[in-house]
Amino acid sequence: MVVVLFLLFAAVAVGCAVNVVLQSHPIVSAVSLVGVMGSLALLYLQLGSPFIAAIQIIVYAGAVMVLFVFVIMLLNAGSEVHTGRSLVARYIGIPLLVLLLGLLTFLIKALLRTSAAVEFGEFTVATQDVGQALFTEYLLPFEFTSILILIAILGAVVLARKELN
Amino acid sequence: MGFIGLTLLKTLVFSGILLVALLYLQWVERKIIAHIQLRVGPSRVGPHGLLQPFADVIKLLTKEDVMSPYVSKALYLFAPFLAVTLALVSVAIMPFGPEVQIFGVRTHLQLTDLNIGVLFLLAVSSLGVYGIALAGWSSNNKYALLGGLRSCSQMISYELPMTLAVVAPLLLLNTLSLREIVEAQRGFYFGFIPRWTIFHWPAPQTIGFLVFLVAAFAETNRVPFDLPEAENELVAGFHTEYSSLKFASFFMAEYANMITGCNFATVLFLGGWQPLLPHSLGADYFPSVLFGLVGAVALYHGLNPARSRDTRTLPVVALAFWILAATFLVPAVQRIFLPLFWFALKAGFLLFVFIWVRGTLPRFRYDQLMRFSWKLLFPVAMANLLVTGLLVALLEA
Repeated sequence: MVVVLFLLFAAVAVGCAVNVVLQSHPIVSAVSLVGVMGSLALLYLQLGSPFIAAIQIIVYAGAVMVLFVFVIMLLNAGSEVHTGRSLVARYIGIPLLVLLLGLLTFLIKALLRTSAAVEFGEFTVATQDVGQALFTEYLLPFEFTSILILIAILGAVVLARKELN
Repeated sequence: MGFIGLTLLKTLVFSGILLVALLYLQWVERKIIAHIQLRVGPSRVGPHGLLQPFADVIKLLTKEDVMSPYVSKALYLFAPFLAVTLALVSVAIMPFGPEVQIFGVRTHLQLTDLNIGVLFLLAVSSLGVYGIALAGWSSNNKYALLGGLRSCSQMISYELPMTLAVVAPLLLLNTLSLREIVEAQRGFYFGFIPRWTIFHWPAPQTIGFLVFLVAAFAETNRVPFDLPEAENELVAGFHTEYSSLKFASFFMAEYANMITGCNFATVLFLGGWQPLLPHSLGADYFPSVLFGLVGAVALYHGLNPARSRDTRTLPVVALAFWILAATFLVPAVQRIFLPLFWFALKAGFLLFVFIWVRGTLPRFRYDQLMRFSWKLLFPVAMANLLVTGLLVALLEA
């Protein structure tokens, strides 16, 4: 049962991810990306961490992607238009892709030789544990990330501000 | 009865009640708005228009389903489905009552309890915007697109104060499970002030509750925040191109979201199914007294009728309420239905406020709506959270 669900959600995630690239319209791509986020959240849930799953949905599907969709709608972006394809892409695109995938597989197998298989429900992380870790062990990276985001917000405000005479 | 049988039965009962509530909420709303505006409201189909919801359903089901050939078909069909599914799903984790014994079976009056219940509700509500945004975009209609855009930006803006208002009570109660949130609000201060989050020592969440309620109005696109469907500017907003059952889905989603918002506020701020009064002050007789009074008012209006038909219908209503009042005096009924009564009373009162506001306030202008969220609601929610955190750290550590 667990394996069937895993395969189902993994297949949905991969299918949606492929769809993001294949679709010519940005909105459909964005919605497919939401599908990827949702299936990833379900995979986290299967691994035993409902907190991470919920945060994945709230932050990525509920906030980041909503902004994406909003911007696409606001700019009223039309379908992607195919211009002349480059010769390089036509002839060696697929061979290069196969090469890249092969290289990745080799690297993952070589680097993670010692790691054992992951069991379903293995990472039972309580919300309290995440909070504890964030505010003790990982306090410095946590605060640095906050400052980074604050700087990004300030930058956005400066860029978006109207010049007042 | 096994676990699966029990769960199926509970699911059937809960979703049945939810659907009936959805059906009649619309009737209640039309009646209340009508009386606020000194009209009668639906009165033709059945006594006092009580069969009006069924007539509406039949009308919506049998309408011609018009679909413009210029829509983006997949998303156009997906949007209403998404909206109504996400709106209905949250009933699955609402705690309507404590653990009770019915015919020898012990069970919680809740379908399931998630240890991240609050996050689940936030996640579902944050996804709800897709239904409206995609409907607006895929309709290929400028009014629908504008409605979708407005709703998108509005929901993003009001999600922030809403989430901040939700976080503050969590600091006091120390749990994300809805069942434990209600359990943590059991008891009374000085023997009569309920320990609900809005009165909770050391940081009463009264302001947080108001912020949450206002944000909930905006999240459900209700008056005075109903700019996504402002009919004098945008025809019907995001659902302009939808008809028949697809239109009904959006309609149903809006009302289901309203019910979810009220349930959530009840659980988080008003103590869920915890009673308003302690047993010593007669909390167990409160429903009987209330229903008895409602019956008396109905009988009075039946004897002094405003319309000739009232002389026949209102005494029947009075009798029904008195029978209900008498039923609530039976100890076996009290054990199961008292918590449900308190939950329904609180959620019902909040729903009434939603309707009341619709009958009272005019619509915001768009810049006012944005300024209100970012310059008032957000700072207030932030200050509330900071003060709560400080008080909890200083006084409860």
